Amino acid sequence: MSGVVLEGIGKRFGDVVAVDDFNLEIHDQEFLVLLGPSGCGKSTVLRMIAGLEDPTEGTIRIGARNMTDVEPKDRDIAMVFQSYALYPHMTVARNIEFPLKSRNVPKEERAELVKAASASLGLDELLDRKPSELSGGQRQRVALARAIVRRPEAFLMDEPLSNLDAKLRVQTRAELVELQRRLNATVIYVTHDQVEAMTMGDRIAIMDAGILQQVDAPQKVYEEPANLFVARFIGNPPMNTVTGTLVRDGEQLVMQTSAGTAPLPPDVAAAAARDGVERAVIGVRPEHLVIGSEGALEAKVTVIESLGHERHVICHLADGQMVIIRQAADVTPPAAGSTVCIAAAPEHLHLFDAETELRVRP
Amino acid sequence: MTEVGAAQGIHLATEAPEPEAPRRRRMSRRRREALLGLVLIVPALVVFVGFIFYPFLKNFELALYRTAPFPGLPDTYVGLDQIRDVLGSSQFWNSLWVTVLFAILTVPIGIALGLGLAVLAHQKLKGMSVYRTIFSSTVATSVAVASVIFGTLFNAQVGLLPWLGVDPKIPFLENPNTILGVFPVALVAVAGVTIWQNLGLSFILMSAGLQAVPDDLLEAAEVDGAGSWSRFRNVTLPMLSPTIFFAVIIGGIFAFQTFGQIDLLTQGGPDEKTNVLTFFIVDELRGQKNSGKAAVLAIALFFVTLALTMFQLRFLEKRVNYER
Repeated sequence: MSGVVLEGIGKRFGDVVAVDDFNLEIHDQEFLVLLGPSGCGKSTVLRMIAGLEDPTEGTIRIGARNMTDVEPKDRDIAMVFQSYALYPHMTVARNIEFPLKSRNVPKEERAELVKAASASLGLDELLDRKPSELSGGQRQRVALARAIVRRPEAFLMDEPLSNLDAKLRVQTRAELVELQRRLNATVIYVTHDQVEAMTMGDRIAIMDAGILQQVDAPQKVYEEPANLFVARFIGNPPMNTVTGTLVRDGEQLVMQTSAGTAPLPPDVAAAAARDGVERAVIGVRPEHLVIGSEGALEAKVTVIESLGHERHVICHLADGQMVIIRQAADVTPPAAGSTVCIAAAPEHLHLFDAETELRVRP
Repeated sequence: MTEVGAAQGIHLATEAPEPEAPRRRRMSRRRREALLGLVLIVPALVVFVGFIFYPFLKNFELALYRTAPFPGLPDTYVGLDQIRDVLGSSQFWNSLWVTVLFAILTVPIGIALGLGLAVLAHQKLKGMSVYRTIFSSTVATSVAVASVIFGTLFNAQVGLLPWLGVDPKIPFLENPNTILGVFPVALVAVAGVTIWQNLGLSFILMSAGLQAVPDDLLEAAEVDGAGSWSRFRNVTLPMLSPTIFFAVIIGGIFAFQTFGQIDLLTQGGPDEKTNVLTFFIVDELRGQKNSGKAAVLAIALFFVTLALTMFQLRFLEKRVNYER
């Protein structure tokens, strides 16, 4: 196994920029998740690492070798496709064997490797079946077995769980992580599902519009989003963001919005003053908002959604901006239509420059 | 809850006494649908009966009567005698053999060439649509046009290819119709014209088949280490097998029904060496005015084609992969 380094990768399709100046180092034995909305270029990055697309510019290194212009078959990587891409006319055994056969591995060795790979994924009973005779979960495991059978430098996975039903997806998620640990594999995993990203990745690389937005450990991405896009993309329900102006209140900067004035933590306020931020966006996670009789912002409750274990209280500020509050199920909910005051502890506030959309860092 | 239950009970009770009405309505609707179905198939049925079933059965009747040697005399009923005579004749067996040879020459080569062109035209290159148009253009060429083009090319006086296959020892002027006058070159030449004319269809069929091969599979094979030949052999070809099988079946049937190019280029010659079954039938019917013999030959052609197709379905289809 070895790491993968992407240096200044760019990809253009005609006038469309799919990926722009993409720099990322994926460490040896790391589980890196490429996360982003549909069409953000994450699959294109993966396909460039695989060699299925040629980058318009930049360098790709796998291990110590420059692989930018190397054919896919010589890159020593394995890929799991969203559709699984199993060869429909071959049995499970022949599917798993195919990468070995293509590389002229001797027959006896092939049989042993196929046996080992299929055993590790619980496919022993299915070796003589055709893919059409398998369930979605079984096909997915065959695709994984085909990828692990020859121990490549890195595994590339393109939304491999998206065709599974919700229950199986949760189970397979854990199995995939366990498999990666067992094989000490370098995995680059593309998904648009933030739950997969948060639960599986050692680090998450978040992309939008072909540009890398942030690369960090899942918890860090959640707690310290680098910009407004990441703040709004990660978390379900998403982070509440309210736009306003920074004004001076005595010594301190405070945030003035249509619904009231919110105090800022001193270090953040100082940083905002240092950077000369005027228009700003304040962000708070739904679980950090508290409903009370007094608080910084006034809002009207419109809908209350109960999920059983928790409740989402959806409110609107005077100017129509929406705020979602997450409440535990045992807290008494406000009445729909009532006006409430909402507040958050200053340490839970995130501040972004409204112009650059970047986080204001102390 | 009890109130709701009671209400439902009353509701059911009021509905119950009239089960007859809906059933009657349903029956009449079924009858009306059946009637409509019949009405809808009548046009197709009329065409089939008039142009397929009746001529087909009439053919069997014709085969039992020997056509009189001179027009105006009545045909004589001979039972199975005529069938025995015709099917036992060396002329029939020669014709059958020529037809089989013609199919063997045209079908595999036609499909292979069509597939080759389709693979070439499947690349994502600029201007490929121009090539696709050129490759598929022969589909819009009629047999007559193709035959005239090649007949001219083969012509000894004005053609560009009169030297092909000609024994140089024979004086030039004694071979007015060179290529088409020498066996086996004549059969090969007619087969060549046929392959050329069917190439467009073969190309279109294979192109459609290629487009149905998922890119994912080819990319997976590429990542799995397969070179371009291995990808073609292990992925493309198995995925194309239903298309190829279809092309073999219809190609075989087309080959057994070849008539136009033989009629226009060789008239079955030289020495009946290109006398394929369909031409033989038409020649008997129109040239020799022997409808009895033509009927026997037509029935023979029907059974030969049926047997061929059944053989293909029985033995070739095993190698076809329909999995997706």
